[in-house]
Parts: sequence; C-alpha cells; structure tokens
Amino acid sequence: MVENKPWLTALAHLVLILGVIAVAFPVYVALIASTRAPDEFMSGLIPLVPGPHALQTYWELLTTGASTSGAPPLGPMMLNSLVMALIIATGKIAISILSAFAIVYFRFPFRQFFFWMIFITLMLPVEVRILPTFKVVADLGMLNSYLGLTVPLLASATATFLFRQFFLTVPDELLEAARVDGAGPMKFFRDILLPLSQTNIAALFVILFIYGWNQYLWPLLVTTDTGYYTIVMAIKRMADVADGLPYWNYVMAAAVLSMLPPVLVIIVMQKLFVKGLVETEK
Amino acid sequence: MQTKRTIFPNKALPYLLLAPQLAITSVFFFWPAGQAIWQSFLREDAFGFKTTFVGLANYTALLSDPNYMSSLQVTAVFSVCVAVLSLGVALALAVAVDRLIRGASAYTTLLLWPYAVAPAIAGVLWWFLFNPTIGILPYMMEMVGYDWDHSLNSTDAMILVIIAASWKQISYNFIFFLAGLQSIPMSLKEAAAIDGAGPFKRFFTITLPLLSPTSFFLMVVNVVYAMFDTFGIIHATTEGGPAQSTNILVYKVYSDGFIGLNLGSSAAQSVILMAIVIVLTFIQFRYVERRVAY
Repeated sequence: MVENKPWLTALAHLVLILGVIAVAFPVYVALIASTRAPDEFMSGLIPLVPGPHALQTYWELLTTGASTSGAPPLGPMMLNSLVMALIIATGKIAISILSAFAIVYFRFPFRQFFFWMIFITLMLPVEVRILPTFKVVADLGMLNSYLGLTVPLLASATATFLFRQFFLTVPDELLEAARVDGAGPMKFFRDILLPLSQTNIAALFVILFIYGWNQYLWPLLVTTDTGYYTIVMAIKRMADVADGLPYWNYVMAAAVLSMLPPVLVIIVMQKLFVKGLVETEK
Repeated sequence: MQTKRTIFPNKALPYLLLAPQLAITSVFFFWPAGQAIWQSFLREDAFGFKTTFVGLANYTALLSDPNYMSSLQVTAVFSVCVAVLSLGVALALAVAVDRLIRGASAYTTLLLWPYAVAPAIAGVLWWFLFNPTIGILPYMMEMVGYDWDHSLNSTDAMILVIIAASWKQISYNFIFFLAGLQSIPMSLKEAAAIDGAGPFKRFFTITLPLLSPTSFFLMVVNVVYAMFDTFGIIHATTEGGPAQSTNILVYKVYSDGFIGLNLGSSAAQSVILMAIVIVLTFIQFRYVERRVAY
C-alpha cells in the first residue's frame, strides 16, 4: 500500500465481504435445505435457518439411498468418485513425468514428432470428440468399468509440459555428477529427479484430483450400471423427477456431499493448489 | 527445441518411457479424432443400415441450418457474458485483496474454493436458488414486480446459466489477477503517488495496463471454459432449452449425436469445434511466447 487511506481500506473490506457472501450464498442455501424435511419446501419459499433433519438425511443418503426418489445409496458412489479421481491424478502424473523425462534427457529419432503429438492433444478436450471416443471405449469393452472411466482421460499434455519446463531448469551438473558416479537413467530419475519434483507433483495432484472428481459428461456416457455411478453425475438423476417435485433436501444434501472432498482438498492444500494452477497454465 | 547439454545415450529406453502416453493418446485422441473427421463426410440412415459418402454435405447442411446458426450465436453471447462478468468481479476482488495488509489470506481462502465445485453441481445450486416456485431469488424479484421463469423465458434461462458459469470461474480468475497484481513493482506505484496520482488514477494508468497480459490470457481461457467446460451446467439445468435458447455448441454435439443419433452432423460439429479450439489455443500460445520474450 502506497499511502494510508482508511476509507479505501474500508471499501476493500466491503467489496470482499460482498464477494465472499456472493460466493458462499448458494452453498449456504444448499446446506440449509439439506437439513429440512421434504414437505417444508411446499410452503413456497426456501427456509433460511437450519432444520433438525440433517443427520437423518445424510445418513439415509449415504447408506440406503433415497429410495423414495429411486436413487441408489451415495456412499458407494463417493467411493467410485474417489477411485476415479485417484487413478486419474496418479495415472496422469506417472505417464506425463515419464514422457517428459524421455523428451528432455534423451535424443532419439522422432523426438520432435512425438513432442508435437503430445502437444496437439492439448487442443482436443474430451467434450469435442465424445461420440467417436465413446465408440472406441465401447468397442474395447470398457463400458461400466474403472478402466473405461479413467484411461481415456489419462493423457495430459499440460502435465507433460509442466514437468518438461521443470526438468529444463534442473542444473546439468547434477546429471554429470550422477553419470560420473555410474548412475543409469532410471537410477538418476528415481534418486534425483523424483525427489526434486516433489512440490510440482503435489501441486499437480491437487488440481488433477479435483479434475477427476468433477468429471461429469464422461461417467454419464460410459456407465449404465449403478455400481459405477459417480456422485457428480448422480445429482442430475436425483433432481430429474419425471412427475412431481424433486426431493430438494436429498438433492441438496447430495450436492453438499459431492462438493465436500474437493473443497477440503483445496482448503487444506491452498498454497500447493495456487502454485500448481499458476504454473500449469503458464 | 531446447535440450540438455548432457544426455543419456540409451537408444530404446526413451521409446519405452514415452510408450504409455503415446498409446493412450493414439487410441483415445487421434483415432477418435480421425473417426470424427471421416464420419463428418458420411451420412448414415437412422437405423445404421446404410452409410454413404456425402462429401461436405454435412457441413453445408449445418451452415444453412438456422438451429446451428442460433447455437453459434447463443455460444458467443454466453461466452462473452461469462468472460466479462467473471473477469470483472474477479478483478475487483483481487484489487481489494491486494490492497489489504491484514486479512488478505483469509479472504483468499474464502474466495478460492468454488474452483473445486463441479460445473454440474454449480448449475444445480443456482437452479435451486432460481427455482420459480420455491427459489429465493424469484421470490425477491417478484417483490419488485418481475416474474422469473427460466423454464419458459429464454432470457431468464440464459441469465441462469451465465450466473452459474461465472460463479464457478471467479475463483480461477481471482488467483491469476492476484498473482499479476503482486508482481507489479511497488516502486512504480510509489513514484506515481509522489507525482500526485491518486489511487484511482494509479489504477487506470499503471495497474490496468500492466495487468493487460494477464487479462488477455484470462480472456482466452474464459472463452474456452465457457465454450467447453460448461456442458455440466447446461445439462444439469436447462438442457439447452427453452426453445434452444441455451443450446451451446458443445451441448448440441451431444444432443444431436447421442439423443438425435444424427452421427454425420454431430461429427461435423465436432470437427468445427476442434477447429475453434485449435485457433484459440494457437492465440494463447502466441501470446505466451511473446510474454516469455519480454
């Protein structure tokens, strides 16, 4: 701050408080709605203070499911989401760190070509080529499986680039010293490169975990078996009631449950998350 | 391409290291993308009995289809509104946090977390708030005499998806604006202050121009986000309706392909979308290169 102007500081606080309220309001309302009984929504307005049904609603949803609205239990779905997010995050990191290592530390025919092959995938989000990708996955018999949920999303150009940029900043002397000591490439990778990349890996993990958890269209397409539903895609099915009103308390409780893990990850890992985000997008 | 001074001499190992990524990329990116391009030249009857090569007919049909044209227009309006709204709010918040000495990190945490909310969930949350019968916002609007119904009124539906999409994107823009603001040297602002420039003058003559690379980058990212990552928001709330008014291009690819089973047209739309992404990515990288050169 250049000079001390109390009214500007007050204005800044005001703007931020309004911002925080605007950002938090929808979630607050969802939380409140999830503590109410279903018939309380008939009156014409969402109540704005918590009701007494929170524990019961969440417990029912997680274990037996809201059988009245035809929804399977959410506990197993959250587990599916977790498995999917973990496979995507670790898988993406593993394959992209290996390919970045190959591109930076070796010289071989077609190196440039492969680099561009990875680069171009940056430009093809899964939403754009859903139909043919779906067909490939169906032909490979990967519908309704964890493999089908995750493998098509594993290739990541951004992660490869992040690691490539980072490897380029690692001093050459380290490699020379390692070679003098007789270390082979995989030993160098494991004992020197991996420990140096720890923060990058952790930061990327936060972002990719959220990316995996929040997948919507893809699980919607490749799963028809409720045993493989993820929680984010399940919300829509709960909110879509053919005739009559949705059970808002259940829908909102499910929304809260589906936000909880990724939001917790961000809050706990704030520093790493910001670092990872700013770096991956550079 | 940059390379290391010292490298490993192995011949086969690099291919082995690249193999997983290349395998996945080939099977799930290049093969389907190729299929999409090939399919966009074919026409299949509804039962899949017969496929004929029709050349560019799918494309010409699309470009003369008023539905597709309106979807293009809807996408343009939607992305521009989302970008402007979320960038504007995020900039205001970032400037405010940047000014504070105390409480800055608390506010940052409180503003960060919507990034973690899935677009589909963001859609459902705002759909609930805007629900015409029980939602709190229509209730308030009724008090000032506005009758909100996003299931019937096209403008209302558009406003609903724009707000839901912007809400989710604010935290992302906020992080980048804050990083940009914090990299502006304090000495510049101090010098201007000594020269007698007030806080608002300083903002418009120093801060804003120095932030313009960040703003441009965010503009592109936001347009890409609004065009492609908002599928969940549309699908969970309006499903493209009422009367196609929120049927953005990505949603149309899905609904024409999976629901309408019009494969040729859906593939042609995919190809057009790919072209749009490639152009946008290209613009972004040109800019990144320029920034590196500074």
